[in-house]
Amino acid sequence: MIETDILIVGAGPCGLFTVFEAGLLKLRCHLIDSLPQPGGQLTEIYPKKPIYDIPGYPSVLAGELVDNLMEQIAPFKPGFTLGERAESIEKMEDGRFKLTSSRGTVHAAPVIFIAGGLGCFEPRKPPIGNITDFEDKGVEYIIKDPEFYRDKNVVIAGGGDSALDWTIFLADVASDVSLVHRRTSFRGALDSVEKVMELAESGKIKLITEGQVTGLNGNGKLNEVVIKHKTQGEITKKTDHFIPLFGLAPKLGPIAEWGLNITKNAIEVDTTDYSTNVPGVFAIGDINTYTGKLKLILCGFHEATMAVQSAFKIIHPDQKLSFKYTTVAGVNGFEG
Amino acid sequence: MVKITVIDREDKPHVLDAPTDMSMNLMELCKAYELPVEGTCGGMALCSTCHCYVQNDIELPEPSEDEEDMLDQAFFVEDNSRLGCQLRLTDELDGLVVKLAPTAG
Ligand SMILES: Cc1cc2nc3c(=O)[nH]c(=O)nc-3n(C[C@H](O)[C@H](O)[C@H](O)COP(=O)(O)OP(=O)(O)OC[C@H]3O[C@@H](n4cnc5c(N)ncnc54)[C@H](O)[C@@H]3O)c2cc1C
Ligand code: FES
Repeated sequence: MIETDILIVGAGPCGLFTVFEAGLLKLRCHLIDSLPQPGGQLTEIYPKKPIYDIPGYPSVLAGELVDNLMEQIAPFKPGFTLGERAESIEKMEDGRFKLTSSRGTVHAAPVIFIAGGLGCFEPRKPPIGNITDFEDKGVEYIIKDPEFYRDKNVVIAGGGDSALDWTIFLADVASDVSLVHRRTSFRGALDSVEKVMELAESGKIKLITEGQVTGLNGNGKLNEVVIKHKTQGEITKKTDHFIPLFGLAPKLGPIAEWGLNITKNAIEVDTTDYSTNVPGVFAIGDINTYTGKLKLILCGFHEATMAVQSAFKIIHPDQKLSFKYTTVAGVNGFEG
Repeated sequence: MVKITVIDREDKPHVLDAPTDMSMNLMELCKAYELPVEGTCGGMALCSTCHCYVQNDIELPEPSEDEEDMLDQAFFVEDNSRLGCQLRLTDELDGLVVKLAPTAG
C-alpha cells in the first residue's frame, strides 16, 4: 500500500504544482495518472505550442513548462503511479481514504486532491454501431502485448505515429497486416512513413489508403471489417483483429462515481478552499466549477495553493500554520 | 452578421446568427449556442472534436495541412469534411449549412 499525506488524481500542471505548495507546508504527495507521463493536456495535446499567459514567462512551450514544474517539485520527492487510472475511493476505518487503481494498486491518504482536468485520456473509439460487441473479441484500442498477434490477421486503422509504428512492428509478428488510412499521405514521422511504404511495396503488409473502416462483422467474435473505399466502394476484409489507433481524448471516467456533486462534467467546489461536498476531497484545475470559473493554468495554480492550506488543517488538526514567504524560508525539500 | 445553419446529430437544423466582426470561428459559434461541440483544444486544430460536413456548395478556404492532419483523427471523414474551428466567420459564409459529424465513442 502506498501511503502519503495528499493523494493527487491527475499529474497535469495543477496536480504537479500542488506538490510544491504542499511541500512548503511539509506535506508529502503522491500522484496518479492514467497517462504514462506527467503533464496532462500540455504533454498529451500541445507540448510544442507556446503559452503566453504564465506569469513571469512572456512565452514558454507547454512541454517546457511541465519540465520546469517537475524540476520545481523534485525537492519534495513526489511519488508517481503512472499508466494507471484512479478507479475507486472509499473511506477506511482510520478515517483515511483508500484509492484503488485500474491495476489494483492501493493508495491511502487522509486527503485527496482531484486534479483530473478534462478527465482521463483514453483511446478514441470509432463510432461504429456494434463496436462494443467486439471489444476484447477482436477489437483492441491499445496494443498491450504484441505477441498476442503472433500469426494472426490484423487490420490497423489510423494515420499517425502509433498506427505507423505498430504496422511496422507487427509486420514481423502477425501473419497478415493491413493498414487502412483515409488519404494517401500520413502525418507521422517521415522515416516511419518510408518504412511503411517499403513494407507495402515488398508485399509484407497491405496498405489500403483512401479507405476507412466503417463496419464490423462477426458472430460473437470479429471476423471481417467493412472498408469504405473512395474509388472501389465497399470492400470487406477477413481479419482476426481490428486495432483502431486514432489518438487519445479525455473522458471524465470513474470520478463521476465518487459521490461528488457534478454539473456539466465538472466538480462543484467551495471557492474559499476548493473543497468538494465530500470532506477531505478537494478539486482543482480544469475539473472543478464555480461561478466565474476559467480553465486556465494560472487559476489552477492559485486553487492548488489555497486548497493545501485547508488540507493541512485536516492532516494536522492540532498544529498551527505559520505563513512564510519562500524568499524568507527557502525551499526545504525532503530527505529521501 | 450572417446566417449559418448547423444540423445536429439528431438531424435537427439550427439557424444561427453569426457575427463576422468578433474573429470567431464555427466551433466557437456552435459552443456559444450550446450545440454539442466539445472544442477540447480551443480551436487549434489539435483535437478534431469540431469535425463537421459542409452541406452546400459555398466557396470555403482550402483546408491547411494542419487541418488535414487532424482530420486523420476524426471518424467517417468525407470529401466535405472540415474542422469547424478552422472556418472563420466571414461574410462569405452567409447561408452555409453544416452537419455535425459523429463523435468518438
Ligand atoms: C491546445 C490547448 C491550448 C491551451 N492553451 C492554454 C494557455 O495558453 N493558457 C492556459 O492557461 N491554459 C491553456 N490551456 C488549458 C490548460 O491546458 C488547462 O487549463 C490545464 O491543462 C489544466 O490542468 P489540470 O492539471 O487541471 O488538468 P490536465 O492538464 O487536463 O491533466 C489532468 C490529468 O488527470 C488525469 N486523470 C483524470 N482522471 C483520472 C483518473 N481517474 N485516474 C488517473 N488519471 C486521471 C488525466 O489523464 C490528465 O493527465 C490550453 C489547452 C489546450 C488543449
Ligand atoms: S476545436 Fe479542436 S480541432 Fe477544432
